Amino acid sequence: MNSRIAFVAFNTFREAVRDRVLYNLIAFALLISAGAILVGEISIDVERLVVVNLGLTAVSLFGVVIAIFIGIGLVSKEIEKKTLYTVLSRPVRRWEFVVGKFFGLTGTLIVNTFFMAIGVFLALLYVAHRLQPSDLSVLTALYFIVLELLIVVALALFFSSFSTPLMSAVFTFALFVIGSLAEDLRGFARIISGFTGIVASGMAYLVPNFSAFNIINQAAHGDAVPGRMILYNTLYALLYSAMAISGAVLIFQRRNLK
Amino acid sequence: MAAIEILDLEKTYMVGFWRKRPKLALRPLRLKVEEGEVFGFLGPNGAGKTTTLKLLMGLVSPTSGTARILGLELGDPRVSSQIGFLPEQPYFYDHLTAQELLTYYAQLSGIPDRDRSSRVALMLKRMGVEGSADVQLRKFSKGMLQRVGLAQAILHNPKVVFLDEPMSGLDPMGRREVRELIQELRSEGKTVFFSTHILSDAEALCDRVAVIHQGELRGVGTVANLTSRSKGTVEIIFCAPKVPSALNAISSETRASGEMVNAVISQEQQETVLDILRRERIRLISLTQVRTSLEEFYVEQLRPKGTGAGVGA
Amino acid sequence: MNSSRRVSAVASIVLLASMACCMVTLQAIDRLRTRPVIQQSLYLRSGKLLRRLSLGYTGLLADVYWTRAVQYFGYQHHRNSNDFRLLAPLLQITTELDPHLIPPYQFGANFLAQKPPNGAGMPNEALTLMKYGIEHNPDNWRLYYNLGFLYYTEFKDYAKAADAFTAGAKLPVTNGFMPVLAARMAQHAGEFDTARMLWYTTYQSINDGAIRDNAVKHLAALRVDEDITHLEELVQKYRAQMKRQPESIADLERVGFIHGMPTDPNGKPYRLAPDGRIEVEDSELIPYITKGSPSSNGSSANIASGTPTAP
Repeated sequence: MNSRIAFVAFNTFREAVRDRVLYNLIAFALLISAGAILVGEISIDVERLVVVNLGLTAVSLFGVVIAIFIGIGLVSKEIEKKTLYTVLSRPVRRWEFVVGKFFGLTGTLIVNTFFMAIGVFLALLYVAHRLQPSDLSVLTALYFIVLELLIVVALALFFSSFSTPLMSAVFTFALFVIGSLAEDLRGFARIISGFTGIVASGMAYLVPNFSAFNIINQAAHGDAVPGRMILYNTLYALLYSAMAISGAVLIFQRRNLK
Repeated sequence: MAAIEILDLEKTYMVGFWRKRPKLALRPLRLKVEEGEVFGFLGPNGAGKTTTLKLLMGLVSPTSGTARILGLELGDPRVSSQIGFLPEQPYFYDHLTAQELLTYYAQLSGIPDRDRSSRVALMLKRMGVEGSADVQLRKFSKGMLQRVGLAQAILHNPKVVFLDEPMSGLDPMGRREVRELIQELRSEGKTVFFSTHILSDAEALCDRVAVIHQGELRGVGTVANLTSRSKGTVEIIFCAPKVPSALNAISSETRASGEMVNAVISQEQQETVLDILRRERIRLISLTQVRTSLEEFYVEQLRPKGTGAGVGA
Repeated sequence: MNSSRRVSAVASIVLLASMACCMVTLQAIDRLRTRPVIQQSLYLRSGKLLRRLSLGYTGLLADVYWTRAVQYFGYQHHRNSNDFRLLAPLLQITTELDPHLIPPYQFGANFLAQKPPNGAGMPNEALTLMKYGIEHNPDNWRLYYNLGFLYYTEFKDYAKAADAFTAGAKLPVTNGFMPVLAARMAQHAGEFDTARMLWYTTYQSINDGAIRDNAVKHLAALRVDEDITHLEELVQKYRAQMKRQPESIADLERVGFIHGMPTDPNGKPYRLAPDGRIEVEDSELIPYITKGSPSSNGSSANIASGTPTAP
């Protein structure tokens, strides 16, 4: 059973790479190089700030777009185009397929982010000429972005299990936007009293909460992140992904593949 | 033990915006296929052939009824290692090469590591695509894709092979190759269940066929049995310079080309005509019963219900 | 079918379990987070810049900042912190994003000016905010009310307060108290009744829970101040008549100056201190009083605002 999941994961990774997903790195590299070079014209103090802000924001945004694309493309597309039939007629269980896909997609995103990270640090070196200990927070910020992408991909998989490619992309993106505002949503919910307040609170908790993952500004200012926060965030990302994936498994189990 | 037992398998889809309108895809189907048989599943498009196959593959869940493959219930995980499936117009991972695809399928089918590459190479060779083993599938022609599809269906040496329209889109050469493959599979003792709407293939290959139309089974049996309902006529071929006048009166159809004469007479008049021929000392070449062709049987079953009764065997 | 059902069962359990754990983890994250949220909110202080960044969704962003302002205030209060520095920029950003949102102005009038721990202690910023509000909402009587309120309670500038109330009274849609308050400013500004009217109007016309609570506390303090002033007058009168200091409030009752033992809004009796002053038993419970706190000069923590100067 475990090896089948691994096989599916590896194949997903290979398919994504061959599908030229990683070419987005070229666009990213161009963007960040241009940014770093332009920034060289500004005063020294702000350079680092701008490069980190620009770089990390680009990693995050590119990452989310890629995550949605491959999450949808590599699952909805498979269902629509029937590549799935010959796979499922084999001893692979449906849930193994979903989980394997998830791992494959995650692997792709991690590799993608890794290359982007190298780009960011190179740009940083270029403008600041050396790395400081406070740059560790950049690493943490990157790690948090990866956690964010984990959740996005899990959501994309979840929606793909029952929806068309287009709608899945829309829903996932919508949840990403809502999730970025989730903290404020919960603040709103606390002010409203009564039944609506409870419902609003419930929704605000159910939605993925991305606010804690976005420490780009903090990284730019070189602020350290408490170890407990790293632990909690990791836990939250894993739990939320587990939630979305088990939802996907449940739906996919019963789905009629017309 | 029967290879495939379909017990009142039924499927109704709910369609419409609110999923409230029922659409009957397959009426309760009862069918049995023995091991080692080559079984043809005939019917026009939309008759329910693909639905049946999908039900058997577990891609779609039945509204009611069940089926057993090699004695195991549908959904039993042990089934999947014993069966192979080629869907209609298959589509594979574009960016993999033929070899990578088959290796992937081999992995999923649980073929042990050490056997994998040799088995894959064997399949590629058998299906005649070893030359394109390292070419990405998106560059393959339809015929080649079909061959790869067949390769993945028999890669793990399954006991029962399910093929959905295996000849579709193939040129005559390709079709012949598929026919030969099916015959090879039969000689290996495998059971082959395939759906098609090309009757000549069914006639040539199948031990038994079933005709399905509008979700309903219209007839099952050997080709011989299904077409044995003769029209009650006999065809006589003989050699004579001219047709005896007595014969002309009796026969409904007479054709002559050179000295060979073809005449169709009713079965009751058979003796009478033979007497005539003996009297005239005319050389009899052959006397055969006229059978309906499979095509006629098929077309008749496809007529709206009430005009042609289904035949079971 | 069995294995399929087993998979569904396991998946359901995992789903529910992870959902529950998610919520718990989220709450833990929240506890670590509250400070960073506010600091993050204020990395960008320019309202104009935020306007542009919001891609036109200024209303939503204004609501977001307003919520943060309220939460920030509540959080600092909860922690008994005296530091409300960030309230002013939060309110400023909110009103720059949406100048027509009225609650921030009301909140600012009540809590920006008051000294800590009840407010941010920034009366000038509060004034600027009110003027900004009036500039963008010239027909809203509430803003004139808030302005007059500010002048009265924080700046003790009764003339300007009167002007504000008068201007507000002239609007087509206004509150019945406005002309009355305007009139009172002129002549009876320093009196208890005027202050009471002002706080009562605040209590009546504004819906925000925090603001109303605040008004109630001020009204209670007013009552205490009134009581104490009255009692101290009676002590003077006693001394004049009896040629000596009364020993306790009971003495006042014995000579018929008062009937029954007077109590503060919490039900505790007033005490007579050796130096002739009247005191409340526990001034911690009644913020905002100017008289009657046991530490003699009435200075330190509970500095009052909104009470009139002694006549």
